[in-house]
Formats: sequence, structure tokens, C-alpha cells
Amino acid sequence: MAVDTQAPSRGFSGASYRTCPETGLKVCSQAEALIKVNAVVAVVFLAVGGFFGLLVALTRWPAVHLLPADWFYLLLTAHGADVLLFWIIFFEVAVLYFASAIILNCRLAAPKWAWLAFVLMVVGAVVANVAVLQGESSVMFTSYVPMQAAPHFYLGLIVFAVGALIAVFVFFGTLVIAKEEGSYEGSVPLVTFGAITAAIIAVFTIASGAIILIPTFLWSVGYISHIDPLMYKVIWWGMGHSSQQINVSAQVAIWYAVAAMLLGAKPLSEKVSRMAFLMYILFLQLASAHHLLVEPGVSSEWKIFNTSYALYLAVLGSMIHGMSIPGAMEAAQRRAGFNNGMFEWLRKAPWGNPAFSGVALSIVIFGFLGGITGVIMGTEQLNLIMHNTLYVPGHFHATVVGGTTLAFMAITYLVVPLIFRKEIMFKKIAQWQPYVFGAGISGVSLFMMGAGTLGVSRRHWDIGFSDAAMSFDYPATAFLMMGLNGISAILASLGGLMFVLVVVCSVFFGKARTPESIAASPTLPSTGTAETVTTYGSEKHPKLPGTVVLVTVFFVAFVLYYYVNWKYLSEVWPLS
Amino acid sequence: MAISPPENKLWWKEPLSGVEITWVGIAFLWGLVMFGTMVSWHFVGKQNLSNETYRTTPDAFGEKVEAMVERFQVREEGDTGVPVVHPTPGSDVYMLGRLWEWWPVLELEKGQNYRLHLSSTDWQHGFSLQPQNINIQVHPGYDMVLTITPDKAGEYAVVCNEFCGIGHHTMVGKIHVVDKK
Ligand code: HEM
Ligand SMILES: [Cu+2]
Ligand SMILES: [Cu+2]
Repeated sequence: MAVDTQAPSRGFSGASYRTCPETGLKVCSQAEALIKVNAVVAVVFLAVGGFFGLLVALTRWPAVHLLPADWFYLLLTAHGADVLLFWIIFFEVAVLYFASAIILNCRLAAPKWAWLAFVLMVVGAVVANVAVLQGESSVMFTSYVPMQAAPHFYLGLIVFAVGALIAVFVFFGTLVIAKEEGSYEGSVPLVTFGAITAAIIAVFTIASGAIILIPTFLWSVGYISHIDPLMYKVIWWGMGHSSQQINVSAQVAIWYAVAAMLLGAKPLSEKVSRMAFLMYILFLQLASAHHLLVEPGVSSEWKIFNTSYALYLAVLGSMIHGMSIPGAMEAAQRRAGFNNGMFEWLRKAPWGNPAFSGVALSIVIFGFLGGITGVIMGTEQLNLIMHNTLYVPGHFHATVVGGTTLAFMAITYLVVPLIFRKEIMFKKIAQWQPYVFGAGISGVSLFMMGAGTLGVSRRHWDIGFSDAAMSFDYPATAFLMMGLNGISAILASLGGLMFVLVVVCSVFFGKARTPESIAASPTLPSTGTAETVTTYGSEKHPKLPGTVVLVTVFFVAFVLYYYVNWKYLSEVWPLS
Repeated sequence: MAISPPENKLWWKEPLSGVEITWVGIAFLWGLVMFGTMVSWHFVGKQNLSNETYRTTPDAFGEKVEAMVERFQVREEGDTGVPVVHPTPGSDVYMLGRLWEWWPVLELEKGQNYRLHLSSTDWQHGFSLQPQNINIQVHPGYDMVLTITPDKAGEYAVVCNEFCGIGHHTMVGKIHVVDKK
């Protein structure tokens, strides 16, 4: 491997560094540059893919019905790929470099390989986009066989995945360097631990992707005659589902990071939080099962085993974080003196700071809208009344947009001043952005789920069936839901646009941070950061009444909604 | 902080927070309850998906559908030219998904059992029975057999809810459920 040639000897001497004036961390210049380019490209894909999402949503609004059918399916394919794969994964690479080189205070391993990874990812993503926009690959990002895309569609995805895999190994290499050079003491920080979880899952994910996409590519050029559609799905979702587990790990790591950076929050218990991350790795193996609950040729035993053993224990991990993070925030706020009543700690939180409000909304949307519905859809029998309806995209816009994307946006508000060293421009817009985006995407999610409950199918151009030989009238409420979904989509897009505007302008035209401006408006408030950096340890088991109330509300909502769905199920035709 | 190494190097020996461990316990028990609910629905619930599936080929499945249509056709659906079949209650009935139609139209009797076979002769399709909202994935090469008991008379649509190309949104079939003759 091409190791950084500037660092002939061990230690900090060789590679070039600067010392961050706000955190005191040593920042490796290669890591910094790579974080920048990956984050910028990520935001470009978010902007492009988000725009496609808006066009898709406006088409699904029956009164608007914007695009013709072929463009609808084409842009829906592009939307899925650009946001779910490219935006998320480019950003995750930036998160991995941040959680290794920056947080651990060391140089990035093999920067040349990291640049190669970046180039491969860009090339792969562009090739896949070209394939889709040429029109011969409107197969949706899942590309279920035997429907076939142009060969370069699969090839683009494979090249992208190879790049991502290299990036993951650069991350592991950096961990090794940090350990060998002793750039930190004791165990890695919790946030880095979360990132390690994400990276380990990424290796499994990309391996599954290679196992299925390489033969599919060969099939598309004619070297393989047949790919079994069921086997394709089992393996494809080995990639598709585990990649969502990467998102969750990365997003939860960001929740912890922001809580620590802005409130000085310490985890209630290192042990429990780390165990919860570990559960993501241990219990995801065949979680792809919950995408196959109404497929032929899959036994009930296999489905129950894999959804309950694998899914529920991973869900348990998320439920633990979902309590630990608000709990840690409450403890930190109470320690800082906001100790009155049940919720002063929450009221007095920095709601005007988009990094905080973004994370807080991300936790709520992910937990209440995304988490509960995900468990319900992943129940063997309940899936029957939801599979492939709009309920499914409704669910995952709460997880991967309201949860992951919003968390990534939130940390960007810290990355711009700390890594790009630029002032955030348009402070007012930035302040409102998480609320606008969060409200919009919650609407998108809720109204799609509402329409799905009424039977409206996903990936469908015309729920009026005007060109169909036989027809069906969905209830009027379903049309109403699709209209409300369109309006929410406009709101969400506005929130997305605000984000892109603030970030792009700040990065390219923002004022550089100076010692004076840092002193005047520190990115990391002094809320004990100085002493928490030095005095670390588990929280001293304080009383957390506010958090207890919040998780109780969550739990009651979960249980009620779970059994409401069993009631819906019991009303449909008996079948066995 | 979560972004610096734990100061207490023996962090795994620290005692747990009472609130937190209680929550872990509740969440774990809830997982067990959900597991139990899924399993017990197989015994007390009436809606459980069949595990009965056979390998088939487009030709073999097509022949079975043709044979059923020949035997049980009663009319055509409106002016669509698609045959409507009224098979004997309790028998094997077939519905075929292909670009872009569900074929044929079935007429079933309320309260009777049928063994419904689903398969595709080309790409994947989604059998989405509306307004019931029963959704099942249909694959080429697999013959999935469900025992269904329509319990309300009426006209039901079968919408395709797996994307199957440019005509996907025109792929609608029908099932009529009629009172016993
Ligand atoms: C402005 C923000 C967004 C809007 C308005 C939006 C809207 C939509 C709509 C209406 C659909 C189509 C549902 C259907 O017809 O089946 C869709 C699909 C999808 N969206 Fe979004 N979305 C947005 C952002 C995102 C983001 C940020 C992500 C991922 C991080 C995402 C991931 C997806 C995926 C994976 C699909 C499924 C594509 C498929 O079925 O193949 N969306 N979105
Ligand atoms: Cu179809
Ligand atoms: Cu279809």
C-alpha cells in the first residue's frame, strides 16, 4: 500500500497538520481535504436527487400529474440511486474519515488510496446516472431481475462499490495507525466505535452487493443465461438492508457526537451504548428476510426466525440509543443548571442552533415515524397488508430522510466552521432549515403511509388507471393523501434547498473564521466542553424524569399502533 | 464526551444506570411479546401466508391456466375480451401475471375455499387485491398456492404493485365474489 510518503517515521512529525483553534485537535490536512471533497459531492447528489424526488412527488399528486410515464419511472430510478446510494455513501465516507483521523488525532492512512476511492466513486455514480438518464435502465434502484438494465448501469454501481470498499479500508488503516502511534489513550471514543460498527457492516454489505451485481452485469452482457429472481432478492437485500444498518450506525454516532459537542453530554453508560452498537453487527445477517415476507418459496419458520431474532435484537439496539441519547442530554442539561421541573432541560436546549435542532428532530422522526412502522412492516403476517404499497416509501422517508439525512445535515452545520473553517452564511435561514425540512419530510412520510394503508401502490404513475382496460377507484381520501403528500414534498424540497444554499454559499463564498470571530461565536459552546474533555466518565446515574416520560410516550404509541395493525389484518379475507 | 476516549479505562466495570437498564429490560420483553404474537397468529389468526410453492415454467403454468379457462369460462369481462371463469368451489384456480394484465378474471363464491395459484410468465408482478389490501409478490418460475376464503361479496380489483415496465400502471385485473348460487 502506498503509505503517506510525507510521513517516513512514526509520530506526527511527517504528515502536515494544523491545530484546530476550537477543539485543540490536530487536523491532518489530507483527511481534511478528503472530508471536504466527499461532503461536497454528497451535497451535489442530494441536490440533484432531491430535485428528482420533488418531480416524482408532483407527478404522484393526481391534480398535478407532472411528468409523462416514461420520465416518471426514469426519474424515480434516478432519485432512489442518487439519494439513497450516492448522497448517503459519499457523506458516510466523510464521516468515517472524520471519526478516524480527526477524532483520533492522527494522520489518514494511505491518502492516495483514499483519493483513488473518491475518483472511483465519482466515476461509478456518474456512469450509473448516465445509464439511467439515457432511458434504457428505468428498472428502479433495486433492479429486480428478470427486468434488465443497460450493462453500464450495473457496471457503474460496481465501480462505485469498489471505491466505497477502498474508503472503508482506509478508515480501518487509520485506526491501526492511531493505535500504533498512540494518538489516543485507552479505548476509542464512542463516536468512533459507532463508525467502526458502520464500517464493519459496510464490508458485509459491499460483499453482498458484489456477489449479486457482478453476475447480474455478466447476465446483462450475455455471459450468464439466467438469474433466479428469488435468489437475486435474497442477496440483493443482503446489501440493501445492511446498508440501512450502516446508515443507522452512522446517524446514531452523529447523535452522540452532536450531543457531546453542543451540550457536553456523556453517555449514561459506555457499556450499554457500545453493546447497543454491537447489536447492529451481530443481528443483521439475514434481516433481509423482512423484504421477503410475501414472496413464494420462503418458509414461515425462516421468516419468523430472521425477523424476530435478527430484527428485534437490532431494534433493541436502536431503542437503547433512543433512550440513552435523550437521557445523556437531560443529564448534561441538568448538570448545567436547567434543573427545574420535568422539562426545563429540554425547553432550554439550543433550539436555535440547527445542529442541535436537526439532531433532535432526527431522533424523533426516526423513532416515532420510522422505527415503529418499520417493526410493524417487518412482522411476518402484517407485511401482507403493506407490501409494495406507498406505506413502504412512507416508512423509509422517515428513517433515511427524516432520520439519516437530517442528522447528516445537522452535523454539516458543525463541519462547515470546524473543517472548512468558514462562517455559516444566512444564519436565519440555517436556523429554520431543520424545521422546514423536518416538517416537510414528516408530511411526505405520513401521507404516503396513509395512502398505503388505503392500498395505493408504490412506483405507480397513475392511480386513476385512465389507460387501463379494467379499472379501480381508490377512495377519495387516497387522492387527498396524494395531494397532501405533494404539498409536503414542496415544503421538504424548500428545506433541502435552504440547506444546499446555506452550505454551498458558506463553503465557497463564506468569510473565513478568524480568531476574533471564533472568540465571538464559538462553534462549540463552552458548556463544560473544556472540563468534559478532560474529566470523562459515565454519568453519575442522575434522575431523568423527562426522559422517562418521553420513552413512555414512545412505548405506548408503539404498542397501540402495533395492535391496531393486527386488527386491520384480522379484517381481510382469511387465507392460509 | 462521546468524541474523546473514555477517561475511565475500565469503563466496562462501571455500574449501570437504573433507568437505562430498566428500559433495556422493557424493550427486550416487548421483543419477546412481538415474537410471541407472530407465532401465535399461526394458531389463532386466520390470515397466514401459505408456504406452499412449486417450481414451474411459463409454459407449464400457462397450460394449467388455459385448461381452467376452457373448462370454467362463463362469459367475458365487459368488452375487454378477457374470459371470466367460475370454477368449482374448493378447486385449484389460477391467476397469471404478464405484461400487462392479470389473466383471467375469476368469479368466486362467497364463503368457499379456493386454492389460488399465482405465477408470472415474464417479469415480477405484484398481486395487490383492492380494496382488501392483500399484497403478494409474484415471480416467474414459482407457483405459489394460497388457500383463500373470500368472505364478502363484491367486485375486487387486482392492481399490479411491483414495477413491471412502462405499462405497469395499466395492469389491473378483477375478481368477482358472488353469493352462492
Ligand atoms: C425533497 C425530498 C424528497 C421528496 C419530496 C421525496 C419524495 C419521494 C417520492 C414521492 C417517492 C416515490 C414513491 C413511489 O412512487 O413509489 C420517493 C421514492 C424514494 N425516495 Fe424520496 N424523496 C425525497 C428525498 C429522499 C431522500 C433524501 C432519500 C434518501 C436518503 C430518498 C429515498 C427514496 C427512495 C429510496 C425511494 C424509492 C425509489 C424506488 O421505489 O425505487 N428520498 N421519494
Ligand atoms: Cu405487473
Ligand atoms: Cu407492475
